[in-house]
Amino acid sequence: MPRRRRKEFTFKLLGMVATAIGIVFLGLFFASLIAEGTSAFKQTFLKLDIELSEDVLAPDGELDLAYADFDGLVRTALRAEIPEASGRRDRRELYRIVSVGAAYQLRDLIAQNPDLLGTTQSLWVPASSNVDMLIKGNIDANIEEALRPLSDKQIGWVRQLQDQGRLESRFNRALFTNGDSREPELAGIKGAVMGSVYMLLVTMALSFPIGVAAAIYLEEFAPRNRWSDLIEVNINNLAAVPSIVFGLLGLAVFINWAALPRAAPLVGGLVLTLLTLPVIIIASRAAIKAVPPSIREAALGLGASQTQVVFHHVLPLALPGMLTGAIIGMSRALGESAPLLMIGMVAFIVDVPGSLTDPATALPVQIFLWADSPERAFAERTSAAIIVLLGFLLVMNLTAVILRKRMERKW
Amino acid sequence: MQSTTLILMLGFMSIAAFFYGRRRSLALVGGHGHGSALHSLPGYYGYYVAIWAVLPALALLLVWVMIEPRVIVALVVNALPDAYRNLPPGELNLLINNIQNLAAGDVVSVDVDDVLQDAATMFNAYIEKSRQFLAVLALGMAGLGGAMAWRRIHPDLRARNRVERVIRWFLIAASSIAILTTIGIVLSVLFEAIRFFQKVPVTEFLFGLTWSPQTAIRADQVGSSGSFGAVPLFTGTLLITSIAMVVAVPVGLMTAIYLAEYSSARIRGIAKPLLEVLAGIPTVVYGFFAALTVAPWIRSAGESAGIQVASESALAAGIVMGIMIIPLVSSLSDDAINAVPTAMRDGALGLGSTRSETMTKVILPAALPGIVGGILLAVSRAIGETMIVVMAAGLAANLTANPFEAVTTVTVQIVTLLVGDQEFDSAKTLAAFALGLMLFVVTLILNVIGLSVVRKYREQYD
Repeated sequence: MPRRRRKEFTFKLLGMVATAIGIVFLGLFFASLIAEGTSAFKQTFLKLDIELSEDVLAPDGELDLAYADFDGLVRTALRAEIPEASGRRDRRELYRIVSVGAAYQLRDLIAQNPDLLGTTQSLWVPASSNVDMLIKGNIDANIEEALRPLSDKQIGWVRQLQDQGRLESRFNRALFTNGDSREPELAGIKGAVMGSVYMLLVTMALSFPIGVAAAIYLEEFAPRNRWSDLIEVNINNLAAVPSIVFGLLGLAVFINWAALPRAAPLVGGLVLTLLTLPVIIIASRAAIKAVPPSIREAALGLGASQTQVVFHHVLPLALPGMLTGAIIGMSRALGESAPLLMIGMVAFIVDVPGSLTDPATALPVQIFLWADSPERAFAERTSAAIIVLLGFLLVMNLTAVILRKRMERKW
Repeated sequence: MQSTTLILMLGFMSIAAFFYGRRRSLALVGGHGHGSALHSLPGYYGYYVAIWAVLPALALLLVWVMIEPRVIVALVVNALPDAYRNLPPGELNLLINNIQNLAAGDVVSVDVDDVLQDAATMFNAYIEKSRQFLAVLALGMAGLGGAMAWRRIHPDLRARNRVERVIRWFLIAASSIAILTTIGIVLSVLFEAIRFFQKVPVTEFLFGLTWSPQTAIRADQVGSSGSFGAVPLFTGTLLITSIAMVVAVPVGLMTAIYLAEYSSARIRGIAKPLLEVLAGIPTVVYGFFAALTVAPWIRSAGESAGIQVASESALAAGIVMGIMIIPLVSSLSDDAINAVPTAMRDGALGLGSTRSETMTKVILPAALPGIVGGILLAVSRAIGETMIVVMAAGLAANLTANPFEAVTTVTVQIVTLLVGDQEFDSAKTLAAFALGLMLFVVTLILNVIGLSVVRKYREQYD
């Protein structure tokens, strides 16, 4: 008997351990994500007094925004701040403290407000990503100089600027307002988010009506024969086909055969439509099945045609369940990236897409791209992008749960 | 005219058609009070007219948009001087591309000469003309169809039945999209795979032991022959899948058992949603975690234990994939365990067996087919999983069973072969489709068996 007890105890323990593994992993995962990612929402900015000199920007009296030497202004201001950096090598190292985005910032400022020309402005410009990493403690200043991206001199200057109160950690707006960039401190997720939004719009507009229509046909109209059996088996299998195969389909059919533009959200949306259709059909069928037959019979008894029964009575009652299924399908589509790689949405795209046919990328693909980048600063931004993606997914799933709770009816 | 404005106009026409149809049906019988003299409700007459106004026009629009580019390209090519027209197909395609880019005002890869400029102007002129034609034709068709339907309205017209028939056809079309998708997958993958097998024999693909999909850009390149033996990919996939299963099956199964038999309702209420969260995390996130957290960790752990671990070891990808699959295994096992009738469990407990004995000796054997079916589905999921392996497993096609070495998988190779610019008829890109065919066939078989076992088993005890 004690042996059996012991066995029972071990068995139960094993079960507890197994359950704990999954949950511990989840905890670990979120902890590491938050530890890594939250710092990306802040970024180091550098305060510079920049003289927007007319002589530099408009040497022949004419201001040409595309060619004006904004870089030179930033450098002059930087030299004024750290006068001890002399000689070409020192200066070049000095210039690396500030991001190349500083010049763009100046250009935008002048473009918006040309009157500022000739004045001296005190501006907060982004520091380079290495300085940012140093301030955040991700670069160890104590290791050998050759092994770290910042030299002793640069670190000295940064500390000096820090003491003068010219370095400040501020909210990283670029992360939400910029497209992708090779410079981590300028890279943002707006382009990817817009790409995802466009794709989901296409997917929603197509897969919800088609999925609901297919579910209605299969549940309410289809005769029970070989054909409808085939469709049913087919839908269940399609739901389990690896997503990358849908990508191959998209590449062969939409891009090569139908000659739609590569990397366009339209094509991505079409592929995701096919991918989510089985999910939505299965959920919608379950919702239709849950409507009690008495409702159909009552409507039929009052003389409604079968189509009227479905569209006037069954559909409104099943709609909450269908919407829940659709939201879950959409959240799956939002997290999907493998098929998008196949249709060329992995390109490095700086511009924020403005239409369904512009080249674009998607949020999960952006995560994939950033995860591949060697810069330390991109690792942090990847985690931040993941947090944003998971935030979207959380909102969608919560909506689905609330919708289900609110609309759920017990018959 | 832009096609969006055209569609908008058609939309307005359909709304107008609806009201006209409705009004005429009522007017025919003498106003609102006499609606019962109509066969159908007045609204159905409206829908009837609207359908006739819009459907033919939309069909025309669709066909037009599909054939327009081909026709215009053919026309432009025909007008080119002979010297251009007789270029080899590849160069001709490039030329057409350039003409189209020039016409759209994009960047062109060659110097623009008069011929090109003329062709681009012509291209734009044709497009302009075609759009005008289309607009006139579509709107005319909509007007005509609507007018004909409007004239046909009669109190005896069975408008409801006709409208319902159209709805029925729409529903049927929607439900056959699923079939079309499958056919599309099979055809697109199969055609390209057949073209691949014309270049590389099937036997070499299936049984060859080296995989280095490099094809020559120039004929005289060294090492450019390329070899397409996919066995290393299959073994790599198998290795990672097995590692995933070693993690997922025991953990998932024990989780299901614990939650079904031992845990209190409160713990179940917390643990189940948490596991579902695990299932909802996008795979790219798992991939990031595998590559940047788990892989370095395994590497350093292996080094301290004196084992040489590759930085892209199969172990890291496999373990993370296993964790991803835990919720799938546990929920399918949970279904199978719950499907076992309570009478069997109560009987075993009543005869004095402990809970663990009941579980291992009675319930698990009874639930085994369902669990096995679930595991098959999980295996198919693991084989087809892409992002985790793309990010965490290697590219080198090693033929090894050592989990500490880097291996590559079928899905990784599909991605690497197809990402970036490619020629569509090189053996390299076609190989990806051959791999895709293998992937589709294998997962399909696993899914069909798994699904039918799971379903059959569920019915047995119902």
